[in-house]
Amino acid sequence: MIIKDRAIKYGDNVDTDVIIPARYLNTINQEELAAHCFEDLDADFKQKVKDSKIIIAGDNFGCGSSREHAPLSIKASGVKLIIAKTFARIFFRNAINIGLPVIPGAEAAEKISQGDELEVDMDKGIIKDVTSGREFKINPVPAFIQEIISSGGYINYTKKSLSQG
Amino acid sequence: MAQKILAAHCGRDYLEPGELVKANVDIVLGNDITMPLAIEEFKKIGVDKVFDSEKVVIVPDHFTPNKDIKSAEQCKFIRGFANEQSIKNYFEIGSMGIEHALLPEQGLVLPGDLIIGADSHTCTYGALGAASTGVGSTDVAVAMATGTAWFMVPQSLKFNYSGNLKKWVTGKDLILYTIGLIGVDGALYMSMEFAGQAIKSLSMDSRFAMCNMAIEAGGKFGIIEFDSTTQKYLEGRHRRPYRIYNADSDAGYYRQYDIDCSDIELQVSLPHLPSNAKSASQCSDIKIDQAVIGSCTNGRMEDLEIAASILKGRKTARNVRTIIFPATQQIYLEAMEKGYLRTFIEAGCVVSTPTCGPCLGGHMGILAAGERAVATTNRNFVGRMGHPKSEVILSGPAVAAASAIAGRIAVPQEVL
Repeated sequence: MIIKDRAIKYGDNVDTDVIIPARYLNTINQEELAAHCFEDLDADFKQKVKDSKIIIAGDNFGCGSSREHAPLSIKASGVKLIIAKTFARIFFRNAINIGLPVIPGAEAAEKISQGDELEVDMDKGIIKDVTSGREFKINPVPAFIQEIISSGGYINYTKKSLSQG
Repeated sequence: MAQKILAAHCGRDYLEPGELVKANVDIVLGNDITMPLAIEEFKKIGVDKVFDSEKVVIVPDHFTPNKDIKSAEQCKFIRGFANEQSIKNYFEIGSMGIEHALLPEQGLVLPGDLIIGADSHTCTYGALGAASTGVGSTDVAVAMATGTAWFMVPQSLKFNYSGNLKKWVTGKDLILYTIGLIGVDGALYMSMEFAGQAIKSLSMDSRFAMCNMAIEAGGKFGIIEFDSTTQKYLEGRHRRPYRIYNADSDAGYYRQYDIDCSDIELQVSLPHLPSNAKSASQCSDIKIDQAVIGSCTNGRMEDLEIAASILKGRKTARNVRTIIFPATQQIYLEAMEKGYLRTFIEAGCVVSTPTCGPCLGGHMGILAAGERAVATTNRNFVGRMGHPKSEVILSGPAVAAASAIAGRIAVPQEVL
């Protein structure tokens, strides 16, 4: 799979409270959640995401609460991929479980700039920054996690493994 | 220690950090925010019944008593599921408490257990010597269907606490200090083991407060070895056998920290990260509009006792709204019997029923733009307690109570 889009860049410790504030957690409707995604961090996110669907971030992206509403609201906003220096662990597993691609990559996250045009080859494990001409390697994903991702998320993976007994 | 518990739950003798394993879980927990999503996902799996109706625990505690129509609908949805699935441990208003105070109190989580909960502060139960961690709704959905979850085996960090605690200092101060030391991602993906003589002398309530905030350093587990304090706490609570795991003397730690508690003063964490820890005494010029005492971190008896001892016979400052919320019905009742509720009300505080409400800016104490609260809660991110331009300063109960009286950040010595 190749993901082509522009980058939106954020800093370190982007927490789940700014991704989707708790005041909106009285629903699980994904469109409603998406309407408030990043509201307290970046008022222009909804405008930016129209033509930039790859998020680049610093350390500890998604720290804080276990709310799966956080990756869901990002996914429902149209974001195709998040590349961060590091991810908070619950956010990381939630994203994998719901089938939102997440790539830990310190060098890429450091060097890619806001607005850069990116081409990410998920199979070959290469991030290409078309704007700067740089290339970054993605560390290989453990087979088990790859299986969850290729099944389209943890629910489908579970359904498949249960039916196989 | 956590590695050993994980190994025992996937039928292995030993696990290597970094390994990915599927393990059997003892308890699966969800609340009114995370459970609706988990139930939706559970229904997609195509399994009719949960794996064990006694091992699934559902606690509607975040936006309850229902704060609005949408919250009421969410609660109605999970109540329906609990009834349909004959979930034994579903806690309705009246028996409900804040989940991470309630489950230990009810003896539902025990030493040696492997527990997952769709709430990040599920790491609290590590105080009992369990491997317990927060996950998302999909993980809970799969665990409800299969009784299993996937884990990456974490590295461990060991924190050795020595020395005597200063007057008024509790577990909350130790953990704020520790997060200040290592940062909000200082324990990312790792298990934090809290050990040493100072931990051995800590109350269970203080231990819960410490393990509760392991997630605030990015930790997967916060864990304390079983000892006589744990044993005493469990007496009369547990209804099933438990297993004790101790850390090996030659356990390979990623890193060890030695912390001398005799140097640690009452702490606060300034906005907007729990790692912005400072001595409270250095922050006496910071004015507050609200003081909040409660939550899954500090809504237990020890916390109310400290707050009551400071507030007794005194009045909170005219411009400070003080909200106290005991974490469970049992704590509420005990606080009433001990006269703490009278003390709080006479001091000008509001006493709420158990709810997570104010901590996450849900209800029961939302801040307006430009307002500032001191709170015994666990997070001070932007907008955590309300308006994105409001601020939260984290503290233990002693600083929160003293600050409520002073109208600014204060230590008890200033108001007593």
